[in-house]
Amino acid sequence: MQLDDLYRRVIMDHYQHPRNRGTMDNDAITVELNNPTCGDRIALQMRVQDDQIKEAKFEGEGCSISLASASMMTEAIKGLKTDQALQLVTLFSSMMQGQEVDSDQFPLEDIEALTGVAKFPARIKCATLAWKAMEKGLAQKH
Amino acid sequence: MRVNKSDFPILQQKINDHRLVYLDSAATSQKPMSVIESIEQYYKKDNSNVHRGVHTLGSRATEAYEAAREKVAQFIQASSSKEVIFTRGTTTALNLVASSYGRSKLSAGDEIWITAAEHHSNLIPWQQVAKATGAKLCYLELQADGSLDLEQVKGQLGPRAKILAIHHVSNVLGVIQPIADLAKLIHQQGGIIVVDGAQSIPHLSIDVQQLDVDFFAFSGHKMLGPTGIGVLYGKEALLEQMEPIEFGGEMIDFVGLHEASWKELPWKFEGGTPIIAGAVGLGAAIDYLQQVGMDQVEQHDRQLTAYAYQRLSQIDGVKLYGPQESRIGVVTFNLGSIHPHDVATVLDTEGIAIRAGHHCCQPLMKWLEETATARASFHIYNDEQDIEALASGLEKTKEFFGNAIG
Ligand SMILES: Cc1ncc(COP(=O)(O)O)c(C=O)c1O
Repeated sequence: MQLDDLYRRVIMDHYQHPRNRGTMDNDAITVELNNPTCGDRIALQMRVQDDQIKEAKFEGEGCSISLASASMMTEAIKGLKTDQALQLVTLFSSMMQGQEVDSDQFPLEDIEALTGVAKFPARIKCATLAWKAMEKGLAQKH
Repeated sequence: MRVNKSDFPILQQKINDHRLVYLDSAATSQKPMSVIESIEQYYKKDNSNVHRGVHTLGSRATEAYEAAREKVAQFIQASSSKEVIFTRGTTTALNLVASSYGRSKLSAGDEIWITAAEHHSNLIPWQQVAKATGAKLCYLELQADGSLDLEQVKGQLGPRAKILAIHHVSNVLGVIQPIADLAKLIHQQGGIIVVDGAQSIPHLSIDVQQLDVDFFAFSGHKMLGPTGIGVLYGKEALLEQMEPIEFGGEMIDFVGLHEASWKELPWKFEGGTPIIAGAVGLGAAIDYLQQVGMDQVEQHDRQLTAYAYQRLSQIDGVKLYGPQESRIGVVTFNLGSIHPHDVATVLDTEGIAIRAGHHCCQPLMKWLEETATARASFHIYNDEQDIEALASGLEKTKEFFGNAIG
C-alpha cells in the first residue's frame, strides 16, 4: 500500500483549495448527509433549471478525501444534464469498486485522481459521501 | 508482568510490511490462544444445547455454560451467580435495564441522569425510556477534562432522580469516574445506579458489592474474550421485580394456551438458546486475566496510558483530550488540522491500528467542539515500543501532510 496512490497532488490541491465551497441563498435543492460511522458531514446545494445543473456548492466537515471528492464532484457536474450527472455517479461508484471505467464517456479529469481510493477500502465511504448527496438531491422533486 | 505477546497469535503478523502495532483495544481487544482454544475444544467435544438434553453432551454443555457464569460472578464479586445474566454485550445489557426496569418504574416527571460523555449505548436507551414514560433526561455537569465534581453532582441530584446511568471509564477521555461515591449520592435520593462498565472491566478489578452498584453492564470482547457475549449484573432484589423482555424457550417454567410463567433468576432473562461457546470463551478470558492478576493488569495499563499521554504531549501539534491523571486505557488526540481519518490511514500503512471518528459519542464530540478525534487504546499486550511506533508514525504523518500540502 502506497500513500502516494491515495494522496495524489490534485487531491491535496482540492483539499486545500476546495472549489465551490459555500452556500446559495436562492431556492436551490439542498441535501445534508453524514457518514454516521465517522462524523463526516456534507451540505450540498444544487440549482437545476430545465434538467440542467447550473450551479453546485457545498459546505461540510471531513477528511482530505471527502472534501476533495466534494470539490471535484461539484466542479464536474456543473453544466451537466441531470441524467448525465446520475450516469457519472454510477461511473464513480464502479471506480470506487476498483473496476476499469470507460472514461471516453465523460471527461473525468481531476476525478481520475481518486481511483487510488479503491485500494483503501476503509476510505471509500469518505470519497462517495458527496456523490450520494448529489444522487439524493437529484431524486428530490425540483 | 507475566504476559507473553506470543500468547496472542494475531499479533504475530505483519501489516503492510510492518510489525502489527494494535492500538485499538477499546474497540475490541485481541484474544489469547487459551480463549481461542477453549471455544474450539467446546465445539469439538462438548457442543450441545443447554438445560434440555438428558444425554451426556447436554449435561457437559450445561455445566460449561453455568461454570462460566460462576466464574463471572466470582470475578466481579457478585453475591450470587443468579445476579449474572448473559447477554450479547454491553448494549444489550443496558437495553435490558432500560426496557425492563426503566419503563416499569418511571413515570412523568421522574428524572434519569446521565452525562454528555456516554457511549450511544448508554444514551439512546434512556432517551427512549424518557419518551415512553414522560421522564426527564438530565445531564450531569462535566468538568473541562470530563471528570465530575461530586459536590456539583450532589447539588444536581434531587428527590426525583430515579436512575443515574453512567460510564465507569470513558471510551474517549479515559476518565475513571468515582462510582462508589456516585452510588452513595443517588442512593441518598432513593434512586439506583446503572454502570456502563465496558471500558473499566478490561483494566480494573471490579467488586460490585463494594461499589454498591445496582446494575453493571459489560462486554466479553473488550476483556480478551470473544464477541457476542456480555453480562448484565443486577442486584437480586431488583432483578426479582423485573419482567423479562424476551420471551420464548429456555426462559419459561409452565406454559399454557393463554398463560405462562417464568423460570427463576437468572434464566428468566435468557430467552432462546444462549451464547454457549461465547460464555465458555469468556470464562477462559477471565482465567487468563486472573493468571496475570487484575492488579498487575491495572498497574500495567495505567502506566502505559500515562506514558502514552506523556509521550504524545511532546509532539508538536498534538492536542490531547481528557485528564492526565485518573485515566486508563485510552489516549484521544488530534494532530494539527490533519483529519483523524488521514492520520489513521497514514499510520495503517506503517502497520499501526488506531481508531478515528466520533467513537459512538456524538454528543461528546460536540461538547469537545470537534467533529472527530483519533484514539489509541491499550491492553496488556502493548508496551512502550508500541507507543514509540505511534509517536514516530505521527511524526511521519506530519511530514507527509506537511509536504503534500506545503
Ligand atoms: C463505554 C462503552 N459503552 C458501551 C459500549 C458498547 O459495547 P458493545 O458494542 O460491546 O455492546 C462500548 C463499546 O464500544 C463502550 O466503549
